[in-house]
Amino acid sequence: MLNLLTDFVGELRAAGIPVSMSEHVDAARAMEVIDLSDRALVRSSLAATLVKDGDHLPAFYTAFEIFFSTRSADSVRELLDEAGDEDQSIEGGAGAEGRGARGEGGAASELSAQELFDLIYRALRDGNRADLRRAAGEAVSRFAGMEPGRPVGGTYYLYRTLRSLDLETLERRLTIRASDQGNDLEERLARDEAHARVEALKREIERVIRERLVEDRGAEALARSVRRPLPEDLDVMHANREEMAQLERALRPLSRKLAVRLARRRRRRHRGPVDLRHTVRRSLSTGGVPLDLRFKPPRPAKPEIVVIADVSGSVASFARFTLHLVHAISSQFSKVRSFVFIDGLDEVTELFEGVDDPADAVARINAEADVVAFDGHSDYGRALLTFHESFSEALTRRSTVLVLGDARNNYHQAHAEVLADVRYRAKALYWLNPEPESYWNSGDSIIAQYAPYCDRVVECRTLRQLEAFVGGLT
Amino acid sequence: MKLDPREELAQRLGLEHVPPVHFDSPADVHARLAAADYLSDEAIASVTYLADRLAKPVLIEGPAGTGKTALAQAVADAAGARLIRLQCYEGLDESKALYEWNYRKQLLRIQAGRSDEAGVEEWTALEEDIFAEEFLLTRPLLEAIRATDPVVLLIDEVDRVELETEALLLEILSEYQVSIPELGTMRAHQIPMVFLTSNNTRELSEALKRRCLYLHIGYPTVERERDIILQRVPGISRALAEQIARVVRSLRGIDLKKAPSVSETLDWARTLVVLGREEIGNEDAVSTLHILLKYQSDIERATKELRAGPRTVA
Repeated sequence: MLNLLTDFVGELRAAGIPVSMSEHVDAARAMEVIDLSDRALVRSSLAATLVKDGDHLPAFYTAFEIFFSTRSADSVRELLDEAGDEDQSIEGGAGAEGRGARGEGGAASELSAQELFDLIYRALRDGNRADLRRAAGEAVSRFAGMEPGRPVGGTYYLYRTLRSLDLETLERRLTIRASDQGNDLEERLARDEAHARVEALKREIERVIRERLVEDRGAEALARSVRRPLPEDLDVMHANREEMAQLERALRPLSRKLAVRLARRRRRRHRGPVDLRHTVRRSLSTGGVPLDLRFKPPRPAKPEIVVIADVSGSVASFARFTLHLVHAISSQFSKVRSFVFIDGLDEVTELFEGVDDPADAVARINAEADVVAFDGHSDYGRALLTFHESFSEALTRRSTVLVLGDARNNYHQAHAEVLADVRYRAKALYWLNPEPESYWNSGDSIIAQYAPYCDRVVECRTLRQLEAFVGGLT
Repeated sequence: MKLDPREELAQRLGLEHVPPVHFDSPADVHARLAAADYLSDEAIASVTYLADRLAKPVLIEGPAGTGKTALAQAVADAAGARLIRLQCYEGLDESKALYEWNYRKQLLRIQAGRSDEAGVEEWTALEEDIFAEEFLLTRPLLEAIRATDPVVLLIDEVDRVELETEALLLEILSEYQVSIPELGTMRAHQIPMVFLTSNNTRELSEALKRRCLYLHIGYPTVERERDIILQRVPGISRALAEQIARVVRSLRGIDLKKAPSVSETLDWARTLVVLGREEIGNEDAVSTLHILLKYQSDIERATKELRAGPRTVA
């Protein structure tokens, strides 16, 4: 067990979850006092001792499923399977049936296609866990077409199985069946219920596929191929659609946390001078001895922020995240002005005014900002010229200017001298580049021409880096 | 020779015998919490059991109104222990959380002694005297340590204190002791169960997290929420409870600013019972939405969604 646990902790660390030595020890201790044949109990005990952040739980569950799969290495089976199928304790008699149905991995079973669809439909309709398991096992055997030894993470098999099953039709059938008598509300509820059940089936199918992959290639190899970075470490420039959704979800709590942290730091950072009146008042209760000094609250000046963001295709998502974050904490600044450009430049500050949720405003930028002057390819030189002509008067010694973009100028003129004047007028000028530092100045990237006029050029590829930078602004 | 975690802690605290555990197994936790009107799930029961068995504090995180604080109260009930609660807020300091010297009483003592011709020795005696336990005002953390009866310590909304103040908690969380410079170290007389709750408005320090078991309480499943309603709302029918749970799940699926919490669900269920409803119609759902949702924009959005015709399933 200890070896298995050590490997498991290694996998968690590799997936980016920080597990300290003492947490590892706690997990080992927990294993000594619980019933190891209860798989659910083992899982929640490990989660409680090893994972200390709710956002890391999904990654933990994936790793757990792979390492403590029912059918993985023998060592696990000895430890966990002694009391029979460990899922029995939570799911009644599901185990035996499910195990029979899983059959030989990959071999076609005796059910006909129609029988299989009926089985799935019945399982979904009745919400019966045992049937659902059996159905998932059958579906994977029939449709996934798993080939032993292929180094894949299983997404491909999942896709193949789901495509053959046509779950959309199933979901609609379920909805219609459940809602024929009802009003709008009933119908809506039926739809959500059907959706939840189909999602459960998907998860079950995914689980079966993982289980069979573990059997085929072993836990560690599989863990490597399904490992994904945590949301805050995802590369914003290269996120796919699903990861983008994760990023969107992660951004909101992140900006809220940042705002709270900054507001507190502002209030608590420095004490002002002694508040004599308050102190004397307090000293009355101690016979005139001023035991408890009182201070005036600090009044540090708030900076002004000017954001100039490239919103052309490749870096658009990065610009949106940054605008979202900056505006989410706009109460920490005396003023925030935002400009977006591709080859023309437009001010979008008013989109953010009077909006509760910066995400709404960010969504409107695409539709409403006038940023294309010619061909819709980024032109940093032109954008900076326009900014300088129309808005540089507004820059003061309290303005901090942020330029967001990869400085890929499509071989247009750089006009770096404009940036020099912007820097001269402002308090500070930072350039946030969403590309890895090693790509800078390759191809049409001309960051080196702008860099001399910036206080700092920062590589900013992930939400973590972005948060750290924005947090340091105040 | 390897010691059981509780034995080891008892030895460090210098206790004569190891305090008995409160719960025998996760199933026992579940059953006794249910008797205290708290419906736990598998994770809650396991972590509570582990906390008791390993003598470690539990850090509970999750959205507001999902029963984080209620869990600590229910555990206190179930274990027959006294609940000591420290409500955290910004600006909480040592003198509010741990202990404070009673200045006024100390001053009085000094003034009372001044009439005599005081020599150096007497001053030394006096100094020892005014830093005695008699002049100590105990605050929740110290109180939990000094209690001789079984206690459950609840440190509520720990994310509200500043990062630096968190450090105050570290000694008590890992060693179950409090050091007072003038008096020395005070060790616990028993092993209190400790729960910390956090609404996750900021990251807690690694040091704090490391010392705790972690429990995330999210929104319950439809089945569990139905059971919670049945348990907490007297006189409600099973069908209505089920329907309420399903409506709430649908609402949580919509992109709202603040999803309805379990406590709001319960309020809604009570309202419907008082109104004498056996089943929720469209109009009931819409006209009582303000109990579940607290933002006007959320209410509007939800009204639109609940009334909308069938959406084509994507």
